[in-house]
Amino acid sequence: MSTEKNPQPDDLIHIPPEMAIAEADVRSEEAGEVVHGTSLWRDAWRRLLKNKLAVFGLVVVLIVTIASIFGPTVIKAAFGFTPDYIPTNDQQLTRSFPPFTGPNGEFSWLHPMGTDNAGRDQLARVLQGGQISLFVGILATLVSLVIGVSYGAISGYFGGRLDNVMMRIVDVLYSLPYVIVVIVLLSMFRSQTPRGQLILLFVALGSISWLTMARIVRGQVLSLKNQEFVVAARATGVSTTRIIFRHLVPNTLGPVIVYATLTIPQIMLTEAFLSFLGFGVQAPLASWGSLAADGIQNIAIFPWQLIFPGATMALTLFSLNFLGDGLRDALDPQMRTV
Amino acid sequence: MLRFILRRLLVTIPTVLVVISITWVLIKLAPGNFYSGEKRLPPAIEKNIREKYGLDKPWYQQYGKTMWTIVRHLDFGTSLRYEGQSVNTIIERSLPVSAAVGILAYLLALIVGITVGSIAALKQNTRWDYSSMALAMLGISVPNFVLGPVLVLIFSLSLYWLPPSRWEGFPSRNLILPVLTLAAIHMAYIARLTRAGMLEVLRSDYIRTARAKGLSERDVVIRHALRGGLMPVISYTGPALAFLLTGTVVVERIFALPGLGNYFIQASLNRDEPLIIGIVAFIAIALLVLNLLVDIAYAFLDPRVRYN
Repeated sequence: MSTEKNPQPDDLIHIPPEMAIAEADVRSEEAGEVVHGTSLWRDAWRRLLKNKLAVFGLVVVLIVTIASIFGPTVIKAAFGFTPDYIPTNDQQLTRSFPPFTGPNGEFSWLHPMGTDNAGRDQLARVLQGGQISLFVGILATLVSLVIGVSYGAISGYFGGRLDNVMMRIVDVLYSLPYVIVVIVLLSMFRSQTPRGQLILLFVALGSISWLTMARIVRGQVLSLKNQEFVVAARATGVSTTRIIFRHLVPNTLGPVIVYATLTIPQIMLTEAFLSFLGFGVQAPLASWGSLAADGIQNIAIFPWQLIFPGATMALTLFSLNFLGDGLRDALDPQMRTV
Repeated sequence: MLRFILRRLLVTIPTVLVVISITWVLIKLAPGNFYSGEKRLPPAIEKNIREKYGLDKPWYQQYGKTMWTIVRHLDFGTSLRYEGQSVNTIIERSLPVSAAVGILAYLLALIVGITVGSIAALKQNTRWDYSSMALAMLGISVPNFVLGPVLVLIFSLSLYWLPPSRWEGFPSRNLILPVLTLAAIHMAYIARLTRAGMLEVLRSDYIRTARAKGLSERDVVIRHALRGGLMPVISYTGPALAFLLTGTVVVERIFALPGLGNYFIQASLNRDEPLIIGIVAFIAIALLVLNLLVDIAYAFLDPRVRYN
């Protein structure tokens, strides 16, 4: 039975599952019973809130995100310096002061994380680095989401030879030393502008991280595609594209969200790794990786230059991992292993 | 089984060739040339260089020549920056360094990870379980390029117990910090995987049977539970190899070890084209062969796995 042969106005006949639920709700209210259905999402949210570590993770991630977005602006407004402000007085031997210390060794609230070699405020730098790190992590995850979900859904839905070929390609790509190829790409096409390098970084990171997503979505689609609602949609003449993206993909969202949450810290780590080696974000832009790389140069004398960006990054990744674990337990209680 | 191995080996060869080709294309497409520096070379000299390295020929001849020498003689040519040294010698020299650090780190990670993971599973929901899993999460979250320098700061620059860097042959105190740095994240992953695998197995019927027969708890855990509980750890070995590779790059940078990773970064920064291609090809081959070995080991250890 091919769906392409009988083109019908599917909107008239077909009722998507979400609407079917809504209709059921209306009916029970008409009958005078007050039934509040708990959706999968509300259920999962409640389970998530019970998990203390996941809530901790969520709170920390929110704080770091908000601080990174607004922090540099707030600091500019309150103290009058930007992350790349370099003080001009040249009286001191060093411009790198420890945390909470002023130019003359006295206690000061001005630089809670100290200053770097050029005398720039570390807190502002770390927050600005957070902007880049989070931005790269989230955007590259979105790229991998779009590619991985479409690829996996198409492969799973059509099955047969197409599926075989598509998954073989994923297998081969999986076994490549990807990071190595990415380093070659980034070093060969080293862009003259920091912005260009950032775009190159997105492309590189996004294109390596969709493979697992494709596998997960394919597995989900395989188990869903023979269920009644898909058969019904096909019988009423819904187009294949619509079945895949409106009926199948929304039903794979649980595992996809969980995996996406766990992809963000992975990508942030890879970005930091590349920036640490000098292939990623370029000055004057900074990410946690490049700040840590700068800090290592002076670790013996100015350890705070490494410790603050490093600790901020570790805390954020720690929280994202806990949040991802919590989401997995909440959305899919059966998938608790690993 | 034999057919499976043969088929995988047959896939491996084209894959390696594809990796080499991708690298070659990336290098050729990139703007500039390995000899282009700050100053423009006089045209006569540039012409000589292009002739010497065969750059005056059309691209398909250059590609064909590179691939042919690689396929035919496994010869990757001469390094452009380390004068007079062939790529093969550099790989031969630097491989033992990377291998020593990588193998030691993975062994350490296996021993510590499996022990900690099993204890956490056996004492599920106790203080032991929670603290070791929190520690494991920390191990996953602290990037190795932060952990390494912090270890140096503590053990070398404050306590003066261990040397901060440099390579001094194989059994040497210099190896302790790099191995620890590299092992940390794998320890954490293996501990988590072991715990999850053991928890699943400990609930299964055959463990109940073993206990019911009156076996000692030690025998139950070591002879029965571990065998099934470690399957996730074995399947982690594949991804771990790739992971170890990127890890060694960082660790070799931090601790100034003359390993493959360090040479690779130098080669990328210097645009040492033959060396880049050589190391990429070598890593691809190593990764694919090791992955195949892991798959074979998996089939031997788990009788349910069948490759057809």
